[in-house]
Order: sequence, then C-alpha cells, then structure tokens
Amino acid sequence: MAWTFPFSALVGQDEMKLAILIAAIDPSVGGVLVFGDRGTGKSTAVRALAALLPKMHAVVGCAYQCDPATPCGDCQARRAGGAALKSHRVSVPVVDLPLGATEDRVVGALDLEKALAQGVKAFEPGLLARANRGFLYIDEVNLLEDHLVDLLIDVAASGENVVEREGLSVRHPARFVLVGSGNPEEGELRPQLLDRFGLSVEVRTPTELAMRVEVVRRRDRFERDPEAFVAQWQKDEEKLRRRIVKARERVATIDAGDAALESAAKLCMAVGTDGLRGELTLIRAARALAAFEGDDKVTDAHLRRIATPALRHRLRRDPLDEAGSTVRVERALAEHFGA
Amino acid sequence: MNETAARWRDACLAAALFAVAPAALGGVLLRSGAGPVRDRWAAALGAWLPEGAPMRRMPHGIADERLLGGLDLTATLRLGRPVAQRGLLAEADGGVLLLPMAERLPPGTAARLASAMDRGEVQVARDGIVATLPSRIGVVAFDEGVLDDEPLSPVLAERLAFRLDLDGIGWREVQGEPAGLPTRDAIVAARERWTTVRADDAVLEALCAACVALGIGSARAPWYALQAARISAALAGRDSVEHDDAELAARLVLAPRARQLPAPPPHAGQDETPPPPPPSEPKERQEEEEMAVPDQPLDEQVLAAAAAAIPAGLLARLKMEQRAAGAARSMGRSGATRLAWRQGRPAGTRAGNIQRGARLNLIETLRAAAPWQALRRRERGGGEGVAVRPEDFRVTRYRQHSRTTTIFAIDTSGSSALHRLAEAKGAVELLLADCYVRRDQVAVLAFRGQGAELLLAPTRSLVRAKRSLAGLPGGGGTPLAAGLDAAWALAEGIARRGDTPLVVLLTDGRANIGRDGQPGRAAAEADALKAAERWRGSAMAAVVVDTSARPEPRAKALAQRMDALYLPLPHAQAATLNQAVQAVARGNAGR
Repeated sequence: MAWTFPFSALVGQDEMKLAILIAAIDPSVGGVLVFGDRGTGKSTAVRALAALLPKMHAVVGCAYQCDPATPCGDCQARRAGGAALKSHRVSVPVVDLPLGATEDRVVGALDLEKALAQGVKAFEPGLLARANRGFLYIDEVNLLEDHLVDLLIDVAASGENVVEREGLSVRHPARFVLVGSGNPEEGELRPQLLDRFGLSVEVRTPTELAMRVEVVRRRDRFERDPEAFVAQWQKDEEKLRRRIVKARERVATIDAGDAALESAAKLCMAVGTDGLRGELTLIRAARALAAFEGDDKVTDAHLRRIATPALRHRLRRDPLDEAGSTVRVERALAEHFGA
Repeated sequence: MNETAARWRDACLAAALFAVAPAALGGVLLRSGAGPVRDRWAAALGAWLPEGAPMRRMPHGIADERLLGGLDLTATLRLGRPVAQRGLLAEADGGVLLLPMAERLPPGTAARLASAMDRGEVQVARDGIVATLPSRIGVVAFDEGVLDDEPLSPVLAERLAFRLDLDGIGWREVQGEPAGLPTRDAIVAARERWTTVRADDAVLEALCAACVALGIGSARAPWYALQAARISAALAGRDSVEHDDAELAARLVLAPRARQLPAPPPHAGQDETPPPPPPSEPKERQEEEEMAVPDQPLDEQVLAAAAAAIPAGLLARLKMEQRAAGAARSMGRSGATRLAWRQGRPAGTRAGNIQRGARLNLIETLRAAAPWQALRRRERGGGEGVAVRPEDFRVTRYRQHSRTTTIFAIDTSGSSALHRLAEAKGAVELLLADCYVRRDQVAVLAFRGQGAELLLAPTRSLVRAKRSLAGLPGGGGTPLAAGLDAAWALAEGIARRGDTPLVVLLTDGRANIGRDGQPGRAAAEADALKAAERWRGSAMAAVVVDTSARPEPRAKALAQRMDALYLPLPHAQAATLNQAVQAVARGNAGR
C-alpha cells in the first residue's frame, strides 16, 4: 500500500498548514491558494490531508458520496422509489485535477463503455463529482487551460455542476474546497479564479539550518521505512484529527461579536479590498481559527493571525506600490492593531 | 587530468549513479549540443541501466494523448468498447525518458512530467478514461540552448539531481573509459542495497549547510545530494556514507545549483579560501580538490568540494539572468505557445461537415455515434465495428484570439533626466497592470550607452516585469537608432507569430550615439530618423512618449516620422498616458 507523509510531520510552513486546516474546519471559508518557492512541500501538505481528515458518512452507491442527512437529487429519487438509503463511512476525497485532463473527464460525460457495448445512454461522473464534499487539488494551477478555469470558476461559485452535452442533461452537487498551488513566475492567475480562493498563502524556503536539516531528515526516515514513520506520528495525527473534529462541532457556536465585525470591516477598508467577500472570509476564517484554538469568541488576536492570508490576494492592484501585497496588509495590520 | 577530462569523468560518474536508481535521483540535465560525445554518454548510461529497462525518447511537442495516454481509437472502433492506450510516461516506467531540445519544452509539458516524477505514477483523466498507471522514471533532459538562454523549465530542472555540461569535451577525450568508474556488476549490486546505506546526521547537516552557504533554496537539493551520496557509498561497497561520498554528491548535485559563492570559512588557512571570483582556471580547481585535508570537519569539506566545482562564469551568468529575469527562456518557449494561439483556443465542438479544413474531433464524433450503435446494429442486422453516420460528425471550433504585445522601449540615458525616468516607470507599471488584466503580453527594452538591451522578453508575468523595471540603470549616451532598431526587430518577430505588436517609445528624442556606436549628435539624429522611417507605412502602431520636462520638438519630429501618436509626459499623467496607449492598442487590434 502507498503511504502518505503525515501532516503533523511537516516541518515549518505554519501559515500554509493553518490555512489548510481552517479550510478543513469550515469549507465555507473557500479554497486555499499556495504560491511560492519550489520544493517547500506544497503538494506534500495537500496529499497528507486525505489521511488526516476524519472519515465522513456518505450514502452507499452514490456517485457524489452525498450526505445521508441531505441526500442529493439522485438519492432522493431512489428513496422515493422505495429503496432504503444505507450509509457508510468513507475518507474525505482529495481529488487531483491533473494537468492535461480533458473537459469530459472533469465535468463528466456520456459513459462510453455503456454506450458502445450496450447502447445505453448513461452519465459517467467526472472529477468534480468525485471531489464533492472534499477537496479538489490543482498543482501548477496557473498552467491550467483556460476553458477548464472558466468551468471551475462557475462550479466553485455555484456548488453545482451542470452538464448539458451529448444529449445528457445532468446536474449534481459539486461542493468542494479548491486547493491550488503554483509559482508566480510561471504566470499570473486570472483575477476571477483568484477570487474563488478564500485564503492565499505564500511559502518560502526555511532559512534556518536546523529546520532545513529536519526537513531532509524526516523525509529520509519516511522514505526508508514509511510504515514505522507513519506509526511514529500516529499519535500526533490522532490528536490533530480530534482537534479538527472538535473545532468543526464548535465553529457554529463561536460568537464573532460586534467588536470583531467592526475590526474586520475597518481592516478591509484600510487595505482597500474589493467587495464584501474579503470581510466575510476574514470573519469566517477567524471563527474557524477560534474554534481550532478552543476559544469561545473571535478576538483581535484571531483576526490578526488570519488577516494576511485572507486578504493579500484581494487588494486592488497598485503597480506603483513597490511593496508586495503581503507588506501592504501587514502595514495596515500594524496601523490598526498597533505594533 | 585536464579540465575537460575531469568533466567527462564526472559526467560518467553521474551516469553511473543515475543508472543505479533513476527514479530516486529524478534525472540529469545535460547541457550539450547533439553530437558524438552526447551519444556516447547516453550509450554508457543505456549500458548501465537494468536489463530491459525502457529508454524512451520524447519527441518535441508531444501531444497529451501520447504523453499521458487516452483512448485507443482504432481498437475502440474495432472492438466496439472503449480501449485505453498507455502514454509515454507509463511506457517508460522503470526506465529513462530522454528529452531532446529540453530548453524548448512548453511549461505545461514540464509540469505534467514533474507531476509524474513526484508521484511515481501518471494520472490519466482524458477522453473517457480514468486511470492511474505506474510511472517511475528518470529523466535525461538534453539542453541544447545557447549559452545565454536560461535552460529548461525550472519546474523540471528542480527535479533533476545532476547538471552536467559536455560542451567543449572533445571526441578524443571520450575514447576509452575514464579510470575509477564502477563496473556493471557494482552497479547491479548497488541497485539492490543502496536504500539500506546509512547516512549519519553529520552528513545531513553538512549537505544542508552547504546549501545554505551556496544560496540554494529548494529542499530537493539536499535530498538529492543525500541520495547521490548513498548510492555512491553503495557503489563502493560501503554500508554508510563516507566523506568521499558526501563530497562527490556536493560536487555533482549542489555545485551546479549554487546561486552565490560561500563566505570564506572563518578559521581556514589563506590558501584554502576559495578566491572571491569564481574559480575559472581548471588548475585552481584541481588544487582545491587536492587541498581538502581529510581531518577537516565534514561540513567544511563538503562545502569546499562544492565551491571548487562551481562552474566557471556561473556567477557572471547569474547576474545576467537576474537582469534578464528569464527573458531569453520565454523567448525560446513562447514559439510553441504562440502557435497554439494562432489557431485560437479550442472552444468546444459542434456538429458539422468535414469541409473547408475543419478539424474532425474523433472522440466527440465517436461519442455522438456511440449511443446509437445498438440500434444501428439491429438495423443492419448485426455485424461488427462502429457505425458512424454523417450526422455524428463533430468538428472542433477554435476561437481566434488577437493578442497585443506592448513593447516598452525606454531611453535610460543621461539625457533623459533621471527623475523623468522614475515617472516613466510609474506609467509603464500602470500599463503593465492593465495588460495583465487583459492577458496581453509585455516586453521591455532599454537603450543607453552603446546599445539596446532586452530586459524582458514578451511575458504575461507581472512579477517579472516589475522586477525588470526595478533595476533599470540610467546614464550614458543616447543610442536612439539602436533602440529603434531593437524595437523594430522585436515587433517584427511578434507580428510574424501572428500577434499584434505595439511599441511605446519613451524618450526625449535627443540622440547622440549613432548606429555605428560613435558619438555625434547630427549623425545620431539622422540615424534615428532613418530607423523611425520603417514604421511609416507599416501596419505596426507606435506611441512616442516625450519624457523631457518641456515638450521637445525633436521627439515630436520623431513621432511624425514614425507616424506614431505623440504624447508629452508633462501633459499626460500616468493615467492619461495609460488610456491613450489603450486606445491605440484597441485601434491597432482592429486593423
């Protein structure tokens, strides 16, 4: 069996890890965009996620692994037809959208096999269906073909995939957390797609020698004996998993409070983000963070910690400002909260 | 041993290490023109690979269906059920993939390769096929670029452990095997046991420390170095990594990745300190190696080995690369991208006839025909194969995309007063931001002193563009004619690829260096007007932005000669300037 590098064994990159965890706690925060240096464990972190997340309940035999509590259209139809919906526990899907995927495999298309062999018109769900209730990961997201980007922008906003092709007319739920990674040197991301990501993190190579040695050491141990390495980290993984489960239960009860809402609004005004989405994401992410930390209400400390990833990709571009957007957000943070 | 012989020996050593575990080392970046030396290296590698391991060549411009795999149409049609076809990545599993002309590799292909290398498998999600196939491959990228090109997509280069340079190695030097190479038996034995070779923390720390000292950021570098050291130990029949192995790894893996020279060690003797300029003489390099005293601490030893092997001229090249910021590379690779653009991007399929050169989309046609097969078979009264009728035909539709590339030709000479330059930069950046939103391309040319320099080849990356402007130097004479010539050459190239060039010239029009590089105001201005003449009557649009403090008649005359829009900057705030250029670009695209 293939082993996955444990999430808790990742060295450093705290901002990236936090952003991914927040998206896992509250998917409504939106996706996570990871931009930055090569060889910093971007893909490793995303792939580690699948093994970390607690299993979820899903309807047996549903192509979209829908929630038994809120079954999808197909499952409702089945129930109406007299079939009992059984549920089982499955891993949260973390689906890769490989470069070079064709549109028919992303959105789903006519099942060629059935059509050719049996002359039956049947829908074969695509990657978007498989990613429902989970994560859709796109490595090198800035190299994704334009027509796929258009498609994703639409589905990510509506949470529903509508297929109208080859005489098929299908709609199915496609709610997923979009996770993209890439390197800005390869080209910019379309602003519309950028906007679909709730949080955006920048990863850098650690400069500390001890940390770099630890990165190589852990990877070495993992590759030489993955089973033992995973076993060694199992306790930490378990602990983290419990924290996520708990945070998910608590996140709805977290009180954002007027003070925090006002703080967030002022902050967004100060950095000049477009639209309300920035404010909304900031509050949601801060709530998820509070839940993760075991706090009861959102405080300035939470806002401050999550403001940079929540806002840095939403600034109006000001090419005359030499400083990058990260610096601009941090400047506003320091002004707002005091140094 | 002279320098080229030492280089050849290292190249052979790297091939041997790579042959032990191709997938674990990722691959080799081989800088060399096509020729007998390169063939000989590839033959040596082939002989050392495991019996029957595939060694496949990836043709340039490979399509996804061959690289990743997809639907096998012939078989599908014959058998009447979907049949998958493996791609090159899956076919090369357990072996080596050769990439000729790797410097021309499109970024998308490089990313697909990288993904397969990272996962050891290839994910196919194409044409109705979803599969994950093993693809444990090593990659040999033949970089045939000329010296100044930035080689190979960084996404891929990052994942290749070794970087070798075979240029300048003569045919005579590669006759007979260099001494001290492992035997085939040793390689076979090492393949079995290299993963069990131990490396203690001192080795790990030494390799990581060397990375820090050499300015190597990626965590993959020390990782590959560690693997190489292990394999080297296994080849020598050792159970743990020794100093020699670590040194070899530092020399082969780390040195070519160096981004800076290490600071001299604080307590090293004077003659051990690497000289401040990169060691350019082969002699020095030899001395350096011999001087590594065995009782030196390992980390210093490793660093010394790496520093000594830093290729001559590397740092000079780095500086240039930083200035050009990958300019040359995007020049090289943009050709292929452009070709795709010229045809427009596929914008879906529609029912239609295969006439007038329309491209039949086989998959979609097949799909359209598929549901009716059972029915048609019945109509025909049985029979094999797939019945396709004209009404099933689907043709691919392309959307034509007219793309504008704005070329900024900036006069950075002393006569264009420096404070105006800052303002001009602001205007350029504003334009850049807009170009980026419209997904247009931008190129930046600067001219001063003796000639013009391409600071930024056409790109869409705002990051790169901003960086190229940040370090814009000023001062010196004004070779206006040279600047115009360079802008024209670039614009012509862009037009030939089917894009629309727009030249924005920022100058005060006061030239004082002629075409021949000689100073002299009168001749220089005559030359400039002559160079400007070419725009007249051509379909290429231009804007002359007068950067002098007061509108300068000479700049205006230049604009008239070019048939260009004349914009004095004092009147035009950056925003107005932006609008004006936009308007010209739009009119231009409509021509």
